[in-house]
Amino acid sequence: MEKVDVVIVGGGLSGLSCAYRLAEKDLQVIVVERGDFPGSKNVTGGRLYIKPIEGIVGDMLDGAPFERKVVRERWTLMGEKNSVTVDFTGENLKENRHSFTVLRSTFDRWLSERVMEKGVFVIPRYRVDGLLQEEGKVVGIKAGGEEIYANVVVASDGVLSFMAEKAGLKPRMTPKGYAIGIKEVIELSEDRINERFNVGKEEGVAHLFIGDVTKGRFGGGFLYTNRNTVSLGVVVGIKAMMEAKPPIELHTLLDTFKARYEIEGFIKGGRTVEYGAHIIPEMGYKGISKLYHDGLIITGDAAGFALNMGITVRGMEFAIASGIMAGETILKAHSTGDYSVNTLSQYGEMLKSSFVIKDLYNFREMGDFLDRDEVFSLYPRSIPDMIEKVVWFDEGPKERIGATLWKAAKGSGLMGLNTLKLLLGLKKV
Amino acid sequence: MKIEEKLALNAFKTDRESHIKINQEICRKACKTRYCLYVCPGHLYSYDEDRAEISVEFAGCLECGTCMIACREGAIEWSYPKGEFGVQYRYG
Ligand SMILES: Cc1cc2nc3c(=O)[nH]c(=O)nc-3n(C[C@H](O)[C@H](O)[C@H](O)COP(=O)(O)OP(=O)(O)OC[C@H]3O[C@@H](n4cnc5c(N)ncnc54)[C@H](O)[C@@H]3O)c2cc1C
Ligand code: SF4
Ligand code: SF4
Repeated sequence: MEKVDVVIVGGGLSGLSCAYRLAEKDLQVIVVERGDFPGSKNVTGGRLYIKPIEGIVGDMLDGAPFERKVVRERWTLMGEKNSVTVDFTGENLKENRHSFTVLRSTFDRWLSERVMEKGVFVIPRYRVDGLLQEEGKVVGIKAGGEEIYANVVVASDGVLSFMAEKAGLKPRMTPKGYAIGIKEVIELSEDRINERFNVGKEEGVAHLFIGDVTKGRFGGGFLYTNRNTVSLGVVVGIKAMMEAKPPIELHTLLDTFKARYEIEGFIKGGRTVEYGAHIIPEMGYKGISKLYHDGLIITGDAAGFALNMGITVRGMEFAIASGIMAGETILKAHSTGDYSVNTLSQYGEMLKSSFVIKDLYNFREMGDFLDRDEVFSLYPRSIPDMIEKVVWFDEGPKERIGATLWKAAKGSGLMGLNTLKLLLGLKKV
Repeated sequence: MKIEEKLALNAFKTDRESHIKINQEICRKACKTRYCLYVCPGHLYSYDEDRAEISVEFAGCLECGTCMIACREGAIEWSYPKGEFGVQYRYG
């Protein structure tokens, strides 16, 4: 019977961050990953915010293969036939290490190599099939017909977490709790990206879209510039997609998005090199699973640590931070030899006093706030319409701009009770 | 770009056995909505009228799990492909 100190299930950002914290510490740690290499099964938007994790990652991300530093933030309200875009940039974004775009296949693989250099065993191409349990305690894993015993198992197996499910710590997944993201990676030369997006070398754009991209349903589109590719995708709530009448055919959304005039010019001449899909936890604070059990800790997406803030999706910082805190807790358990909930509960305490649970808690009403039609249909349609009325010069004399705006606002329902409720709701998020 | 062409860009290693199993009895008896036909990003599900059967081309599966979540009837038994198989992203 083989026994190690720690088995980490899943070589994503969370599992690898946990491994990094435990490396070089006189513990035997193995990471089991089902893909050909860590990263090969992973899809994100995406961009990683650095500030929240700067204080806890130590030197983990030194020399990380970031794609581009985000210096331009764009938001577009997409009407059916028109749109309005806000384009923000500033010295703070340009001069600080604020956020970076990433491609996970490259990024996670790099991190796994770093972790291996420090003595952690990363075993790819193994799917963990189940947990070994004795008297209600988790004591190891089953993978490919083999059993590996461990003092503690870390479930960093992502949003579908079969480990948390097997341990009975996760409720059944429902369409309301998750969104699906689909994405194309489109190759474009580095120079073209710089020119088209009006950014300098190694600088990039994060561009979010709401409205017609998802036919007015919960979700939105995204475009992130990488070094010599662009990540273009659509996220839509699973429930929202099912409830549309007729239901939305998911695979068509991205093509419709790509064909929009607003997008066409960005990707012209580019070559699609990959098509990916992955789901996102959408329940925020309310969707957090139980975080530990005797002999088991749950981190990252597996624990439900993700936050849709409308203007951005956050999950990677939570994955990294929770992985590191799991590692820290395990070091304590190792020093006392107690891997029961008595020690592992410190993981929960650490998370609570960190940005992870604090942010999830502060934005706990975000899900309900966003779960209303106005946000994804009324505003993205009526605001561009209103602007169109202002910029449009027709035959005959032009109406006064104030009068045009007033009429448009009243006519579109923008001034209705819904808006008042939305404004009141704003205070909570 | 057709969805088949998009999937053809990805690297897949296909197992002989499907990692997605559908209980046709449940589909026939309990399901009117057939959400599986809509929600799959790879458009991999289809319905054969004559045989009254749902099928899924598991070889093109992106392993997102959406079908399993959207099938409220619980007709889909879903697991990740065994290690070594399935989609392998080169960008992610
Ligand atoms: C479309 C989209 C856009 C997003 N955009 C952003 C963004 O811009 N910014 C942001 O911060 N977050 C974003 N997110 C969320 C973010 O990607 C996730 O929160 C993050 O990837 C979670 O990391 P993780 O390590 O917990 O899980 P994962 O990255 O999913 O890693 C889990 C790992 O476990 C492995 N695994 C699973 N089961 C087993 C098993 N049984 N045996 C062995 N190995 C197993 C998997 O292969 C994988 O490597 C986005 C997500 C999506 C889908
Ligand atoms: S949604 Fe589920 S029950 Fe309905 S047809 Fe599809 S697999 Fe069968
Ligand atoms: S897991 Fe995703 S890609 Fe695979 S069949 Fe289900 S919905 Fe389609």
